[in-house]
Amino acid sequence: MTVLHTVNKSPFEKDSLDTCIAHALDGSTVLLIEDGVYAATRGTVVEPRVRDAMQRMNFYVLANDCKARGLGEDTLIDGIGRVDYGGFVDLVTGHDSVQSWL
Amino acid sequence: MKIGLLVNEGPYQHQAADTAFQFAQAAIEKGHEVFRVFFYHDGVNNGTRLATPPQDDRHIQRRWTALAEAHGVDLVVCVAAAQRRGICDPDEAKRNGKDADNIAPGFRISGLGQLVEAAIECDRLVTFGD
Repeated sequence: MTVLHTVNKSPFEKDSLDTCIAHALDGSTVLLIEDGVYAATRGTVVEPRVRDAMQRMNFYVLANDCKARGLGEDTLIDGIGRVDYGGFVDLVTGHDSVQSWL
Repeated sequence: MKIGLLVNEGPYQHQAADTAFQFAQAAIEKGHEVFRVFFYHDGVNNGTRLATPPQDDRHIQRRWTALAEAHGVDLVVCVAAAQRRGICDPDEAKRNGKDADNIAPGFRISGLGQLVEAAIECDRLVTFGD
């Protein structure tokens, strides 16, 4: 069973991402949305944790929320996928269930 | 696919009400059925028809109503959460002795059973909140 995890909080504000990573099984997908997209930026204290999690999970950001925060593609950690709302829908339907970490 | 949404955050609070709407719209555009949007906790504030945001701002409540009218999306507000926050339809207003109601068109007030039903009926249930 594949699970899509969504995280909508900044890792500098809440520990939703850490909680998500601690619970998510290998092969899961993590979609960063809203303030959660800050976790995808390069050069932060969070980056090593995200890179580590990327060894066993797929990471995506909602591109619309990156754009809204001035985070260009060049600011993101390599290997993180970018989706729009349609891509968000595809991720939801492409996994067996969705878990939102708020 | 049949998709259900749970919205736990009020409009103009953070971003969940916006994300949920954009997601619902994208799902419909892709040919999926948005079976129901269940508004819970502060999310019930999405269902008032008395909000007047600035004219150049998005009108979150009216946007939901338009989605319901265009695509038959069932917008359900949790009754207990609604009572706490002063969201009521004509029946609820009468039952609780209020002098007015404020439910927006396209929304209806019901119970948590509607959320459980959405979880059972839908292929996917996606939660948006704070």
